[in-house]
Amino acid sequence: MYSVEVKDISKVYGKEKLVAVDHVSFSVNKGDIFGLIGPDGAGKTSIFRVLTTLLLPDGGGATVEGFDIVKDYEQIRSRVGYMPGRFSLYQDLTVEENLHFFATLFGTTIRENYDLIKDIYVQLEKFKDRRTGKLSGGMKQKLALCCALIHKPTVLFLDEPTTGVDPVSRKEFWEMLKRLKAQGITIIVSTPYMDEADLCDRIALMQAGKILSVETPAHIINNYGDLLVEVKADNMYELLKVLKEYKKALNSYAFGEYAHVSFEKEIPGDFLPFLQQRGLSGIFMAPANVTIEDCFIKLLKS
Amino acid sequence: MKCFTSWQGVQKEKNSIKKVMRMKQFLTFVQKEFYHVLRDKKTLLILFGMPVVQILIFGFALSNEVKNSKIVVMDQAKDISSQKLINKIEASKYFDIEESIHSQGQIDAAFKKGAIKMALIIPAGFYQNLVHEHKAQVQVIADASDPNIATALTNYANAIVQDFQTELNTGFEMPYTIIPETRMLYNPQQKSVYSMVPGVMALVLMLLCVLMTAISIVREKETGTMEVLLVSPFKPSLVILSKTVPYLLLSFIDIIIILMMSVWLLGLPINGNIFLLLAVSVLYIITCLSLGILISIKTTTQQAAMMISLMGMLLPSLMLSGFMFPIENMPVPLQVISNIVPATWFNNIIKAVMIKGLGPSFIWKEVLILTGMTLFFLFVSLKSFKIRLA
Amino acid sequence: MSDTVIQTEKLTKRFGDFIAVNEISFSVNKGEIFGFLGANGAGKTTAMRMLCGLLKPSSGNAQIAGFDIYKQTEKIKQSIGYMSQKFSLYEDLTVLENIRFFGGIYGLSNTQISLKSKKLVDELGLQQEAKKLVAELPLGWKQKLSFSVALLHDPKIVFLDEPTGGVDPVTRRQFWEMIYEAAHRDVTIFVTTHYMDEAEYCNRISIMVDGKIEALDSPSHLKQKFKATSMDEVFYQLARGAKREE
Repeated sequence: MYSVEVKDISKVYGKEKLVAVDHVSFSVNKGDIFGLIGPDGAGKTSIFRVLTTLLLPDGGGATVEGFDIVKDYEQIRSRVGYMPGRFSLYQDLTVEENLHFFATLFGTTIRENYDLIKDIYVQLEKFKDRRTGKLSGGMKQKLALCCALIHKPTVLFLDEPTTGVDPVSRKEFWEMLKRLKAQGITIIVSTPYMDEADLCDRIALMQAGKILSVETPAHIINNYGDLLVEVKADNMYELLKVLKEYKKALNSYAFGEYAHVSFEKEIPGDFLPFLQQRGLSGIFMAPANVTIEDCFIKLLKS
Repeated sequence: MKCFTSWQGVQKEKNSIKKVMRMKQFLTFVQKEFYHVLRDKKTLLILFGMPVVQILIFGFALSNEVKNSKIVVMDQAKDISSQKLINKIEASKYFDIEESIHSQGQIDAAFKKGAIKMALIIPAGFYQNLVHEHKAQVQVIADASDPNIATALTNYANAIVQDFQTELNTGFEMPYTIIPETRMLYNPQQKSVYSMVPGVMALVLMLLCVLMTAISIVREKETGTMEVLLVSPFKPSLVILSKTVPYLLLSFIDIIIILMMSVWLLGLPINGNIFLLLAVSVLYIITCLSLGILISIKTTTQQAAMMISLMGMLLPSLMLSGFMFPIENMPVPLQVISNIVPATWFNNIIKAVMIKGLGPSFIWKEVLILTGMTLFFLFVSLKSFKIRLA
Repeated sequence: MSDTVIQTEKLTKRFGDFIAVNEISFSVNKGEIFGFLGANGAGKTTAMRMLCGLLKPSSGNAQIAGFDIYKQTEKIKQSIGYMSQKFSLYEDLTVLENIRFFGGIYGLSNTQISLKSKKLVDELGLQQEAKKLVAELPLGWKQKLSFSVALLHDPKIVFLDEPTGGVDPVTRRQFWEMIYEAAHRDVTIFVTTHYMDEAEYCNRISIMVDGKIEALDSPSHLKQKFKATSMDEVFYQLARGAKREE
């Protein structure tokens, strides 16, 4: 059973006919965490706005919880929770006032659905009389999530909730999402961080308004196809330059402390001698674990 | 049959629950708006500081400057009575007689130089006329380019003449009458504090209602909170309605403040029915609010909303509503425009009710026009209102 | 290679009772890529503002490019470049107009500006786009362009505040290649990032927690010290203990 079904959606902006979303289709299983992964300008926000009934698509259609995004927008609006990319709470209201306001807006009370937000809200409780504008970034994020959850939505749309957030807070945020998933809420989340892809049940890799691939992260990684090797040398800057000149490699790029080099099937015999010949020392080479980021880079190059 | 009625009952109950919920949502929204206003010192300052300051400015301009005003006297009579009158004027704290002059030309020159604020002309045969006809005239000419001062000065001059007349009359059976003939130079309409108060009210309400509502709605678009509101089941039209309620209340408080200040500080009486006055003010507030809503729907940035409110609304209200310049003296195209400025009609209403003390039958036309404007703004707003972004 | 371009000694900034930056002491060498990491609210931005001469320290000392942080802020500003994710270029000016404007601000002569703009446009392959508004460029190109513009006046140090946020992985790497190249020409790079794999590209990293520098070393040494397999883990171990919630 699908929670969200998107069929061939397009969105075009302005007189210049800027294509933000280009014939995109995907579906999200009930209770899944679904990730839209891609850089800024990939069309993630436009898709969110179409699915939350804020924008009309210029082509195609979609349903959320079985409701049509154009005809049944009122039903959808009372069933989804939405956290836009930009912080969208009232900065001049206190933590509690914001939460109370959004609860009432959706025709409910804080008490009625407190169970759902309890884990998150306890961390905020000591600040409940503080103006929202004076909270730290991580706290604002948590409050925004509480406000999006307060009416017990069945589908949660989170537009880049972790952008600009430090790795520790990001980790905490994803743990919260896992707990929400356990309560049966379908979560659609977008992120520019490739390493968050592994935390999703299924992901769509996006670039320039198009979906490059929709799969489970494991499936995408298994389908990588090429042989990926990690290489290290004393002088990484030289290594990267030298790798670019080695034509038998499909691709090479920096990856953390290593350089990742991809080959079609096996490492050519002259690879190591080539590096040594170029005066590189301390060369270390091993098969690399393929990550979503490697897959994304490969998809972008092709 | 029984089943049917109970089904109806359930339906009714459901509806009433829904209504209660809607009401609660609405009230929470209004409460939130009040938080916004009350927590922003700048908004508060504009809301309550501006009307007070405006009234104070007009009040002080009057009381400070009229003391020791320089005047000239042209005494064509040169008899006992004229001399007595001149001495009386000289003795008052309001006037300093610069010089006595002998020709109309000298008066004009002195006015043009800006050296004097008022001239008093006592025509030849002042005493004779008083004695024989029991009736004489004096002429008071004032520089009305500052209307408040001019009005005040002529009022004082008239009072002195009255006083002089009473003194003369003590013990006489046939009273002498001196008729001061007043001429206002440069501003024949004698615009004064009497027309300032309605003008200030029209302006302040226009500024508060149009600008503040427009900005408060557009701000939600700019900060992205509108996005969240739209995704909620709360009716978008209710968003806008709840935005206007606080400003309706706050503007009403402003009206009370302005009226109290004008009565107690400026001594301006409310001659008409106070409830009629308040009722038409509320009508005007609603007109302004609906205009504010229209602007907020058509714009996407606070800056644009502010520009349109200030340039498109405030300036015409200031210049074309008859507040600063008499409409009759405007070129025809501007007169036409002044007809579509709501403040023009409100000015008329306030003058009629507050100053002239007239009843509803004299202002029905203006009321009808303002109502029409309001309906038009609301209609266009509803037509162009979007339930989605962009 | 070892001459120091940034040297701080117990640099501190207080806002009332709140100590945003608490006695940080470190030095950065010429041509080094120095990663400046920390959780949100750890004091990174405040520290960076002091180093750029935008904010007066409450106590402590610092020398930037040999100039004193209290008295010679104007000279400091001449010798540094700055690029942030939020503000970098004017969207409503063309590529060339932006270059000319920033060149002019730093007092480059007209001939220098036209020479440099040509070189810059050629290097970035922006010949087609030189007369287009910056707003029309894709994000990745904007970031690369603004990095080049930050280098326009040949600064000794470039401060990069989350330069690659939201950029796709390929462009991100191209951006880092530019950083490597600049460092190779002895420009010192001082960079903040939330991408932990980017931390690995730095020569040395400092990690700030609650206003203090809790760790400062090369990525490999840090991993050894904290018995971690990735920088992510190192960061997590350090920042998890943060008490400050702002």
